[in-house]
Amino acid sequence: MPETTAPQSTAKTARAYSQAPASKQWRVVDYVVTAVLGIGVGLIFWVLALSWKVLELGFQAFPPSIGLIAGLWVLAGPLAGAIIRKPGAALLCELIAAIVEAVLGSHFGATVLLSGLVQGLGAELIFAAFGYRKFNLWVTSLAGLLAAAFMSVSENIMYNAEWQFGFQAAYTVCAIISGVVISGIGAWFAYRAIAKTGALSSFASGRLR
Amino acid sequence: MALPIRAQGFSWRHADRDEPAVGPLDLSIDAGEKVLLLGPSGAGKTTLLHAIAGVLPAESGEATGQLRIGDRPPDPRRGDAGLVLQDPDSQVIFSRVGDDVAFGMENLGLPADVIEERISTSLAALGLDLPHDHPTAALSGGQKQRLALAGIHAMAPQVIILDEPTANIDPDSAVSVRDAVLGTQAATSATMIIVEHRVDLWLDHVDTVIVLGPDGLLTQGPPRLVFGDPELAEALIECGIWVPGRAGPLRTESRPDGDLVLRTERLDVARPRAKAAAAAGLDLSIRTGEAVGIIGANGAGKSTLALTLAGLIPEFGGEVNALGSLRSGAKHARPFRWPSALLAPRIGMVFQEPEHQFLRSSVAEELALGPRLAGWSAVQVEERVAELLQALGLESLADAHPQGLSGGEKRRLSVAAMMAPRPQLLIVDEPTFGQDALTWAGLVGQFLDVLARGSTVVAISHDHAFLEAIGARRVVLGGAQRKKQTSGAGDTQEGREN
Amino acid sequence: MSAPTPSPVAVHDPGQLIPLVRRTALVRCNPLTKIAVALILMVGTLLSIDVVSAGVVLGFCLFALPATGLDLRAALKRLWFLPLGALLAAWGTAILAEKTGEVVIDVGPILMTTGSLEAATAIFLRALALAIPLIVLASTIDPRDLADALVQRLRLPEVVVVSVLAASRLLGLLVSEWQTLAMARRARGIAGGSIVRRTRSLFAGIFVLLVQSIRRGTTLAMAMEGRAFGRPGRTWRRASTFGSDDRLAVVVSLAVCALAIVAAHMLGTWNPIVGGN
Repeated sequence: MPETTAPQSTAKTARAYSQAPASKQWRVVDYVVTAVLGIGVGLIFWVLALSWKVLELGFQAFPPSIGLIAGLWVLAGPLAGAIIRKPGAALLCELIAAIVEAVLGSHFGATVLLSGLVQGLGAELIFAAFGYRKFNLWVTSLAGLLAAAFMSVSENIMYNAEWQFGFQAAYTVCAIISGVVISGIGAWFAYRAIAKTGALSSFASGRLR
Repeated sequence: MALPIRAQGFSWRHADRDEPAVGPLDLSIDAGEKVLLLGPSGAGKTTLLHAIAGVLPAESGEATGQLRIGDRPPDPRRGDAGLVLQDPDSQVIFSRVGDDVAFGMENLGLPADVIEERISTSLAALGLDLPHDHPTAALSGGQKQRLALAGIHAMAPQVIILDEPTANIDPDSAVSVRDAVLGTQAATSATMIIVEHRVDLWLDHVDTVIVLGPDGLLTQGPPRLVFGDPELAEALIECGIWVPGRAGPLRTESRPDGDLVLRTERLDVARPRAKAAAAAGLDLSIRTGEAVGIIGANGAGKSTLALTLAGLIPEFGGEVNALGSLRSGAKHARPFRWPSALLAPRIGMVFQEPEHQFLRSSVAEELALGPRLAGWSAVQVEERVAELLQALGLESLADAHPQGLSGGEKRRLSVAAMMAPRPQLLIVDEPTFGQDALTWAGLVGQFLDVLARGSTVVAISHDHAFLEAIGARRVVLGGAQRKKQTSGAGDTQEGREN
Repeated sequence: MSAPTPSPVAVHDPGQLIPLVRRTALVRCNPLTKIAVALILMVGTLLSIDVVSAGVVLGFCLFALPATGLDLRAALKRLWFLPLGALLAAWGTAILAEKTGEVVIDVGPILMTTGSLEAATAIFLRALALAIPLIVLASTIDPRDLADALVQRLRLPEVVVVSVLAASRLLGLLVSEWQTLAMARRARGIAGGSIVRRTRSLFAGIFVLLVQSIRRGTTLAMAMEGRAFGRPGRTWRRASTFGSDDRLAVVVSLAVCALAIVAAHMLGTWNPIVGGN
């Protein structure tokens, strides 16, 4: 009998841009672009921090609500995870973004390195939990969520230690919401928009169809 | 030492495409041969070069057939091939000159004392007489390209691969980069393969010309045979190759009798936060319907002048004033004081890098942005976009992302997007750098169209053929114009005011 | 630093965010030493939120600024927002900290007491003391020297270190590119206007910056591979060494750190962030 060579899952094939790269080995371009993303996001953090000084003032009436934009600070991890798709990319990128922010000048100083590590770890754990094989809106959103949760706990210890517990809890809730929206869903759509420009043609994430 | 390059049925296909980017192709380049690789945009010249250098991203496509450097497939880690790319800024690796030259040698595992010795030799060979701790960020584009070559020179590779090494630098520096390339080749007697649009720059210095067509190899032979063949000439022109000895396009006469639209008086220009003027004491009178070419050596402040005239950075000293119809309706005479929404429909500025000014996610939206902001009706906008798309030949790419276009398409789109709202004054910074003959002719057509409608064009350009084609009057920056400003009045430059 | 013999920098590096004008003894220290100093000073500030420990570290940093060889006026221009950010952090603390001591201000929801104001002052000083050492020390590090130190001294994998630090050179490029992008948006007619338009315009610029940086990174990676990067058996042009200046810098910063902690204990202001109160 001739062997049947019917494709196994014709109907269910995932979109090409959701697939993992052929190899988990890092290439030079993976390292460089992870670093460049970290630098770009770190620069954006810094630019936004300048432009949004006015906006931040609005949050000062009830400081825990700053958590509503604080989710932005974990953008680098989910974004790099979705674009580079190699083990450790989210952690490395968030760490680099933190270093860049510190070097450009942030009033958090060297503690951002700790923050970067903690936040990057949050995003990385999610991508690892899916075996670095699944990359879609849901996975990236979860990465944003866990990164923001890690961030809010560490911030409460490091910076908001003087706050009362109720305020700390409010901050955590706000941060998680914004983490999912800005750094989870936002990161995924940012990645898709970047992919459409053709800039990711060296990556598995750059498939256009 | 040199290695031959052989390809048999070689092709490479990007994972997103059905058609291969290059090939299938049979190719034979002898050891020590100097080859100029030509072809229309999209024929896969760059892909082929990257394949020979072994730097095609392994995860983004697949190769078929065979490609051999010597008797082995390409692998950059062997260090037998050295690669120089087009963009000077993106290929500097370290922040100090000595470290940058040392990079390749360190990768090859050479001992430290040999490295130190060769850094000096290679810098000297490439005419970069600089201390080893000189900051790379302080180098000009041409110097950065020569620095990259010094890194290759020091590695003494068997194959030298050059992807448009002079495309992003001005023609004067291009000659020195070419000589540096030839010097490096002579010193290593390596096989050399180069992609370039500036055919005349290289023609007398290569052994072989290879022309890639849309369906593989078009021809391969000595330059005189390839360019001496009248039948081939038409095909080459259709490919956008600069065939030497072809007459330039028609010239139009500038009209220096129009009304004044922009005038500067003792203008000093400088980049924001700079402490000294890049150019000083400039008296310019720009009239409606004329083309003005601003020329001058590197560092004479040409780009800074363009930004100042366009109202994007403040004058360092003196004033830029809009007059007549350009000014009508604006409260202030100085374009720098105009709000962005008022500025864009009046003065269009085309930047050196098209990527910087794309803001929308499709070609059509990019073209519609200016007219829409200028308050045109939806029907007018639609008509204008359709007209421009047709003129650009980009109808099929109306929904494509501007950043995803080819280099020539991006350049022409950036000009079209700025001319879309029909500004009275169009200022452009080096529009023809690194473009093939087809794009060049298209750009000339675009600017002639702007001029024909009575608008004014101010072009910063090293490209004399381009300035002649648009009939531009020249203004030279540097030298006499660069007079030190003294505090007293009355040291005005000789101007053109009536 | 003990009587540094600074040599003036011949050519200013436009890639530097804060220009280096003199090569002092501290500038010549190993990058790892500089990082260690920043971390040691951080420990002195981080452990407690109080005026004394933060004040000691901040005071030392300001005093030692000339030793960094940086153009201090340029540094001031680039870092103007730091005190502002610290002030905002302090404001948040002033109204959120537990309300101990006498009431100073009581306007509607805003209630400040002597206790919360003291905490706010401490937060202000602490924010500056955390930020300044890292920024100024990082500005004196050449990425190449850091790569040497990380690979030769800490035995970190060289492909990672060199890739990341080569990419870091793009930072200066992106900062200047950002200024060009702002001009380009003005030229296209979408700068200024309402806050919504400004925000949209800002995000359009950020997007272009990200795309450009990825493209540049991809090209840089290709250029590096094109020069045999990734080949096993890489050698290093310079050895990364530690000298007496390095030891001195670490000892001085340890002393400042210890002084900050001891002084805070002696003056009774010690207020640890974990397990205290």
